[in-house]
Amino acid sequence: MTTEENIDPQLQNFIEIETQKQRFQFLVHNLTERCWDVCIDKPSSRLETKVETCLANCVERFLDCTNFIVNRLEKTQQNAGVPEMSFQ
Amino acid sequence: MESLSGQLTSAQKDELMEQVKTQIAVANAQELLTKMTEKCFKKCISKPGTSLDSSEQKCVAMCMDRYMDTWNLVSRAYSNRIQRERQRM
Repeated sequence: MTTEENIDPQLQNFIEIETQKQRFQFLVHNLTERCWDVCIDKPSSRLETKVETCLANCVERFLDCTNFIVNRLEKTQQNAGVPEMSFQ
Repeated sequence: MESLSGQLTSAQKDELMEQVKTQIAVANAQELLTKMTEKCFKKCISKPGTSLDSSEQKCVAMCMDRYMDTWNLVSRAYSNRIQRERQRM
């Protein structure tokens, strides 16, 4: 088995950065798809201001929602002492 | 793994990283192509005829441009949000 010191630091650094970048890309693909469905009716010759606002709000609210869910799950787990849900 | 990375010359490492980057770029282009086709087919081709007629082609072309606009706007909005959250921490 590979131990920490056997990993090439340059490659490890490269993989960490690329993984981070790919996580970003993945969410952009998904958010584009989601918010396209919510905000775009018929494709026109350019994105109208109200469509741009809708898209920006869509992204912001989706991320708010993610944060809210994470925070709430953390809170319920802390209050319960023991985890209410098991993820196994 | 130890002997593998230990044996790699710096030129080999560069080549490996270039290959990985290319593969990631190809995967992202494919993902964009798949989603764009799915979305624009849905918007522009309601009743498939015997050919892709000129009005459908026009619609698909416009849809592709707007999908790219949307992709770029979402990317900017998300990246701004990440920066704002970092500053708050």
